[in-house]
Amino acid sequence: MTAITERKLARPADRSPLDHASYGDRIFRGLLTLGAVTIPLLLGFLVLELWQGARLAMGKFGLGFVTNSVWDPVAVQFGAFPLIFGTLLSSLIALAIAVPLSLGVAIFLTEFSPEGLRQPVAFLIGLLAAIPSVVYGLWGIFVLIPALRTTAFPLLREVLGFLPLFRGPIYGPSMLAAGIILAIMVMPYVMSVSREVLLAVPDTQREAALALGATRWEAVITAVVPYARSGIIGAVILGLGRALGETMAVTMLIGNRHEIAASLFAPGYTMAAAIANEFSEAVGDVHLSALAYVAFLLFVVTVLVNAGARLLIWRVARGSAAGGKAL
Amino acid sequence: MSDLQPVASRTAPPLVRAPARTSASEVRMETVEVSAMYGKFTAVKEVSLRFAANRVHALIGPSGCGKSTFLRALNRMHELSEHGWITGRVLLDGQDIYGSRVNAMQLRRRVGMVFQRPTPFPTMSIYDNVAAGLRVHGRHRRAELDTVVEQSLQQAALWDEVKERLRASAMTLSGGQQQRLCIARTVAPSPDVVLLDEPTASLDPQSTQRIEELLFELKRDYTIVIVTHNMQQAARVSDTTSFFYMGTMVESGPTRQIFTTPADEQTEAYITGRFG
Ligand SMILES: Nc1ncnc2c1ncn2[C@@H]1O[C@H](COP(=O)(O)OP(=O)(O)OP(=O)(O)O)[C@@H](O)[C@H]1O
Ligand SMILES: [Mg+2]
Repeated sequence: MTAITERKLARPADRSPLDHASYGDRIFRGLLTLGAVTIPLLLGFLVLELWQGARLAMGKFGLGFVTNSVWDPVAVQFGAFPLIFGTLLSSLIALAIAVPLSLGVAIFLTEFSPEGLRQPVAFLIGLLAAIPSVVYGLWGIFVLIPALRTTAFPLLREVLGFLPLFRGPIYGPSMLAAGIILAIMVMPYVMSVSREVLLAVPDTQREAALALGATRWEAVITAVVPYARSGIIGAVILGLGRALGETMAVTMLIGNRHEIAASLFAPGYTMAAAIANEFSEAVGDVHLSALAYVAFLLFVVTVLVNAGARLLIWRVARGSAAGGKAL
Repeated sequence: MSDLQPVASRTAPPLVRAPARTSASEVRMETVEVSAMYGKFTAVKEVSLRFAANRVHALIGPSGCGKSTFLRALNRMHELSEHGWITGRVLLDGQDIYGSRVNAMQLRRRVGMVFQRPTPFPTMSIYDNVAAGLRVHGRHRRAELDTVVEQSLQQAALWDEVKERLRASAMTLSGGQQQRLCIARTVAPSPDVVLLDEPTASLDPQSTQRIEELLFELKRDYTIVIVTHNMQQAARVSDTTSFFYMGTMVESGPTRQIFTTPADEQTEAYITGRFG
């Protein structure tokens, strides 16, 4: 105890002119701390608000809300299963299409493309991310859907019709159409993040593989991509996050029906789309509360998916000390 | 990395292997007036050297004199550098490795390279690192890989330290062990020539000593060319030494002679530590 007090007392004596700088430091640190504290606080309020709004529906439907498929505002019966299903499925389709394509482009840009092409292409892809989602939605309605309905979907049904996924009537607006538009919207993010990550792979890794007699392509597969893998997973998660929450374009293309269908040609619905569509014209407190419940669930699903993905990155990165840094 | 000059397609006929390794003084590799350029800048000027089989050949000289560039011309890595190109001829067992029918990938299998910093593949296990070169060349048979991995690790004097944990990540090894792992990875496809670019520059004295001892073992099987900044190291490990200065090869000869009675003033100045 005495030692501590002594040191405290001794302080003013050995204060140097440098100490003046620390006032600015302290203010700056205070501001930053405030900012850092605000975020969890905001999050807390958000969850609380959603919880408040959803209380009525939670009391009425309980956890059964998650597994129930009926959504009938007239009979005041609500279940969110088709919405959860639609959200996950459309995002999954989006990733299945977007990830290979984005990775391919990123690998091409960092490893194979001529120098002069790299920046312009990366810039253009960056622009794609800046287009508002209504515009994607409109493009989807006027260009994508007609093209899908008249050519792509019938062809898919012809070739892959033995799978239940590609059977049944073709309307146009559908789970698959939404998945495709989501894929297009998510691609710029996955592409540019994986590009950054690949660029961060040291040349010594490429050279080590090339010196073993690998071709450029083999060097990419054996050395570059594995080195960057946790960063690439991060890119995919970013894309997934975008896809899960995307609202406007999806609601314009998915058909907006509270149904679960085996066929990807059938319409569906997502949580975000349902909230956006029904909130303004909700009839009655229970309907409103059910939508808040959906919002709450969307929050939970997003958190779960992200946590799961973090876990995946962590497990992958554990094996590769260097790879983890790329993120 | 981008300006890869066109190389012969992978279907080109492989380099002809020398029939057998015979007398020790046989010339395995030879350069004839090799110049190496980065765009318009000439980093190496008309270097002619011979590398004898089962010998260690050291390249010394002050920083920036073109040792690494020259070394990278020997396995066609130089042409992967931006705007890298060369003139002159590099012969491996008499065949020009820059010949139009030579496949650079096949060549690099016969002329392996170890870099200054250990470059293990961090996501791979110790085993997979050593097997990487073989797998790239389509050798996947388990039994064969097992044998070669063990042999190579033994050659690199690492086997006893890692035999219990071949499946562990290569990143669990110390820096010196990682460099020996890289040596094992380089010798696994059984090259003829092993190029080492300052392989001990990032290592502690003990690890350095291990690698120097290792070179004595390795030269029984390979032709070794080593770049080093360390005069003592060159004197200890090499049979022949060549002194580079500002892109030219000033003097070359038996190591003992270079270090005791150098013919050139610059060489003498360098080895006695008056510059560099
Ligand atoms: N990628 C490159 N592009 C352009 N010039 C280069 C490149 N790499 C090296 N050089 C130049 O070529 C010359 C020779 O470089 P090199 O790396 O071969 O020297 P070194 O003898 O290995 O030096 P050190 O002992 O420092 O490794 C230097 O002047 C260097 O600046
Ligand atoms: Mg060098």
